[in-house]
Amino acid sequence: MTADPRDELTNHLGPMRAFAMSLTRNSALADDMVQDALVKAWTKIDTFEAGTNMRAWLFTILRNTYYSHHRKARREVADVDGILSEALAQKPDHDGRLQMRDFNAAFDELNDEQREALVLVGAAGFSYEEAAETCGVAVGTIKSRVNRARARLAELMSIDDESAIEMTDAVTAGIVTAQRSVA
Amino acid sequence: MSQHSPRSSLTDEIDANLKRAFDKISEEKVPDRFSDLLSQLRSAEQAKSREGINDDG
Repeated sequence: MTADPRDELTNHLGPMRAFAMSLTRNSALADDMVQDALVKAWTKIDTFEAGTNMRAWLFTILRNTYYSHHRKARREVADVDGILSEALAQKPDHDGRLQMRDFNAAFDELNDEQREALVLVGAAGFSYEEAAETCGVAVGTIKSRVNRARARLAELMSIDDESAIEMTDAVTAGIVTAQRSVA
Repeated sequence: MSQHSPRSSLTDEIDANLKRAFDKISEEKVPDRFSDLLSQLRSAEQAKSREGINDDG
């Protein structure tokens, strides 16, 4: 009896949601996207080569789903929510409130390509090669996108050493765009 | 670690925190809709393959 690679899909759901969330920064859209990607993965399982990186394969499907359907929806959604930020936003941010907003704004200013490259390499633990394959571009392109994303964030945040520590909280909360309604 | 410029420590911070946030989201309990979906896909396929067997036979 051969193992069905589809049995492994369930192991990747968490990271798929995290990646989808980083692309859409909206939990409802992210979950819709994961759902679409799961159906695709299920039906196209024969295009998955056994022994290769299933997560990279799934992320490729996810980002294709995003670029073909959900990016438009993402633009139409005015509010980004932060259910995923609940766990992250628990740190006191008395001084960091402005900075959190700054990080959100900065993260939003990255283009989709830079953002996904940075998330894949900087957060999801992908090698440059895996990220390049996932995004269907050359390794050099990924490297340059990651570098530009980092440089752009650093520039936008441009803060001195003193505030760099406070910024930590802002970044943590910012990835999930914890934009609470403006009180 | 070569230099200790504010910029490089900032990008380290950015990466470290992105990673922490990513991991945290990854470890959240996955909504039931996804396991439900996977079971639906599986049973749909099983139903279909039973039809297939009938067709062949």
